[in-house]
Amino acid sequence: MQTWWVELLCALLIVLVVPLIAGYIVLVERKVMADMQARLGPMRVGPHGLLQPVADALKLLIKEDLIPNNADQFIFWFAPVLSVTAALTSMGAVAFGPWFQVARDINIGLLFVVGVSALGPFGIVLGGWASNNHYSIIGALRSTAQLISYETTAGFALVSGFLLAGTLNVRAIVEHQRTENAWYVFLAPIGFFTYLIASIAETNRAPFDLPEAESELVAGYMTEYSGFRWSLYVLAEYANMIVVASVGTTLFLGGWLRPFPNVHWLGWLDAVPTLLLAAVGAYCVFRAGKQPARVQSLFMSAVALACFVVAAIFGLSAPFGHLPLQFMHDGLYGAFWFLLKVSVYIYLFMWLRFTLPRFRFDQLMRLGWHILIPLAFINVVDVAVALALSSEFGLNRWLAMAVTTAATLGAAMLLLRWNDKYSAAASAALLADSSIVEDSHAG
Amino acid sequence: MKILADTVHENAPQKTDTLFGSDELVINMGPQHPATHGVLRVKLKLDGERVVGSECVIGYLHRGVEKIAENRTYQQFAPYVDRMDYVSAVSNGLGYCEAVEKLLVVEAPPRARVIRTVLTELQRIASHLLWLGTHALDIGALTPLFYCMREREEVLKIFEKYCGARLTTHAFRIGGLQYEAYDTLEKDVERFCKNFEGRIQEYSDLLTGNSIWIGRTRNVGLLNSADCIALGVSGPVLRASGVKWDLRKAMPYAAYDQYKFEIPVGTRGDTYDRYMVRLEEMRQSRLICLQAIENIPAGPIMARVGKVLKPPVGEVYHAIEAPKGILGYYIVSDGSIQPYRVRIRPPSFINLQALDKMIRGHLVTDVVAIIGTLDIVLGEVDR
Repeated sequence: MQTWWVELLCALLIVLVVPLIAGYIVLVERKVMADMQARLGPMRVGPHGLLQPVADALKLLIKEDLIPNNADQFIFWFAPVLSVTAALTSMGAVAFGPWFQVARDINIGLLFVVGVSALGPFGIVLGGWASNNHYSIIGALRSTAQLISYETTAGFALVSGFLLAGTLNVRAIVEHQRTENAWYVFLAPIGFFTYLIASIAETNRAPFDLPEAESELVAGYMTEYSGFRWSLYVLAEYANMIVVASVGTTLFLGGWLRPFPNVHWLGWLDAVPTLLLAAVGAYCVFRAGKQPARVQSLFMSAVALACFVVAAIFGLSAPFGHLPLQFMHDGLYGAFWFLLKVSVYIYLFMWLRFTLPRFRFDQLMRLGWHILIPLAFINVVDVAVALALSSEFGLNRWLAMAVTTAATLGAAMLLLRWNDKYSAAASAALLADSSIVEDSHAG
Repeated sequence: MKILADTVHENAPQKTDTLFGSDELVINMGPQHPATHGVLRVKLKLDGERVVGSECVIGYLHRGVEKIAENRTYQQFAPYVDRMDYVSAVSNGLGYCEAVEKLLVVEAPPRARVIRTVLTELQRIASHLLWLGTHALDIGALTPLFYCMREREEVLKIFEKYCGARLTTHAFRIGGLQYEAYDTLEKDVERFCKNFEGRIQEYSDLLTGNSIWIGRTRNVGLLNSADCIALGVSGPVLRASGVKWDLRKAMPYAAYDQYKFEIPVGTRGDTYDRYMVRLEEMRQSRLICLQAIENIPAGPIMARVGKVLKPPVGEVYHAIEAPKGILGYYIVSDGSIQPYRVRIRPPSFINLQALDKMIRGHLVTDVVAIIGTLDIVLGEVDR
C-alpha cells in the first residue's frame, strides 16, 4: 500500500479530522470529569451531549473576532497559527498504525516529531507577549521555562528508548518491539515514566498547567484570546496531547502491535475490536429506545449503525480463514490497537487532571531540574550499560535491564531525599528574606 | 512593562530593588478575577512572580448596610444582615437577634436556643464546605468542589424545609423563632450527620496526604499568634496560629454551654494548619448537631416580646463565633423603634487585613491560596 494517495489522504485526514477529534476529546474529557465529580456533564446537545463539540465549534466560529488595541496585531494573529501548525505538522511523522502515516520513509522519525512539536511553545510565548497583558506575559514566561525544562527530560527519556531500538524510524521501532517480544515500557520502565510526566508538562496539562492556571492567571497566555483564535490554541493543545501520546505509545507501548503479538494461543485477542464495537453498537440500540425525543432516538440508532458497520469491516478483515477484506487486516487492526493505547494514555492525562492540585512554579522547576532531568540522564546511562552488558558479555537482556532499573530507582530515591532537604531549606530562606517581609506597608 | 498610572507611589522601590534590576510588574488581581472570591481587588507589585508589595482595594460591593439599619425598625433590619456573609446567613441572623435580645433584656426560650444552635452549626459546616471546595479549586484541585457542593446541598435542603429559603434564610426572629421545627428535622439532621462522617473522610483523603497539596500549603501564608492578635484576626485563622480562642467556649451564647466539643488549634499558622483546623471544626460541628438533636426541649419558641420593639436607651455589644471568625454587633438605641446606630464587626473584613503580611515574599500562585485560606466573603468585607 505504498501509494501516494494514501499519504495525501492521511494528510487531509489530519487537517480535517483532527479538529473534530480534538472537539470530541474535549467532550470525553468533560464527561470523564463529570463522572469523577458526581454529575452528568453535557447532556443537552444531542443524546448525552454527543453533538456538543459541533455546537461549541459553531459558537466559537461565529464569535466576534477581537484583537486588543494595544496588541501587536500581526504577532497576535500569527501566534495561534504557529502553535497549531507545529502541532499538526508533527503529527505528519507519527504513524497511526502501519498504514496511516504521512511521511513514511522519514528516517529521523520521532526526532522530527519532537523537533517540530517543540516549535509550539513559540506560539504560546509570542501570543502572550503580543497580547500586551500582564497575565498573558506571566503565563508566556512560565510556559517558556516549563517547556524548556521538560523538553529536556522528555528528550532524555526518549533517548533511552532509541538506544533500545537502535533507530529513530517509527516503523523500525515498532518492528523491533515485535521481534524482541517486549514493549519497551517493560525494558525501560523509568524511561517511560519520566516521559509520561514530561509529556504531561509539555502539553500544559494539570497538574502542570501553570501557563494557563485559571485560578491564578485568569487564562494565562490565552487571556486576551477569544473565539476562533482561542479555539486554535485549544486545538493545538489537544493535538499536542495526541502527538505526545502517540510518541509514547510508539516508543514504549508497542505502537500498533496487539498485546502479545507473537503468542499464538492469544490470537483470539484479534476478535476484541469487532466485539467491542458490536457491544457499543448494541448499547446504543438499547439506549435509543429510552431517549426522550424522536430525534435523539434516531441519532442514537445512527451511531449504533455506524458502530455495526465498522464492526463488520473489522470482522470481515479478521485474520481467520479467507475473508473478503483480509488484505486490510494490518492497517485496520494496527490502527485500532494504536488508538486504543493512545486513548488510555490520554485518559490517564484526564484522570490526573481531576485528581491532583496544581504545582507551584518553583516546585515545578525543582521537580524538573532536581529530579526528572538527572533521573532521565541516569536512566540513559543505565540503559546503555545494560545494553553493553548484554551484547558484550552475553548477559541475559532482561536481567541486565532489571539490574540497571534497580540502580536507577536507587538514584531516584537519593534524588528525592536530597530534594526534600533542599526544598525545605529553600522555602525557609525565601521567607527569611527580611527585606521583603519587614517592609510591611510599601504598597 | 508600563506601570498603571494610579499605582505609582512616591516611595516606590528603586529599580535596583528587584532581582534582575528590571521594573516591577504591577498587576491588578480582581475585581474580576476567578480566584478573588468576589469583587476583591488586590494590586500586586511583583518582582518576576514574587510579591514585593500589595494593596487591597475593597468597596465594590458596598451597600451601606450599617446606614440602612438606621432607617429600619429592629425587625425590618434582620433580613439585611443575611446579605453580609451570604454563605452563612444563619450565623449572621443569630448574632443580630441575640444582640437585640440583649438590648431588650429578654432571652429566647430554651427550645428556640437549641434549634438555633443546630441550624447555626449546620451553617458552619455549609460555610466551611464551600470554603474547602473553592480553596481546593484555587489550588488547582477541581474535583473536591463538587463533592463539597453535594454535601452543602443537604444542609441547604434542611434550611429550605425549615424556613423556605436556602441562602438568605432569615431563619430566626428577635426573641426566638418564627417557625416551629418541622416534624422530621431531627431525622434529617441525624441522617446528614451520619453520612457526613464518611464524606469528610473522603475529602480529607483526597487532599490531606497529597504531597502536591502539602507542598502548596505548608509554610505558605505564615501568620504567628502575636501578629494575629495585633491585627485582630479571629476564627479558624487565629486558631490555626495556636491561639485557643473560640467564643462558643469563651463566652457561650445560644445553647453552646450544654454541649461537649473540642476547639482544634494549629501549631504553625500556615495554610495547611488552617485547612486542618477547618476540617476538624466541621467534625466538631457535626458532634454538636448530634448532641443537640438528641434532646430538644419542649416549650415555646418565642419569648414575650411586643410586636413593636422599643428597646430602652442604651448600647450593647454582642459577638458570636461565626464560621469565619468573631462577628460582633454594636447597637446604640435612642429608645425609638429604629436603632440609632448599628456597627458591625465582620470577621472577613478584619481577617483580610492580614493579607499583605501573609503574601509578602510568596509567589503569585500563593496569593490565591492565601486569599482562599482567609475565607473571605466580599459581601461581608464591604457591607
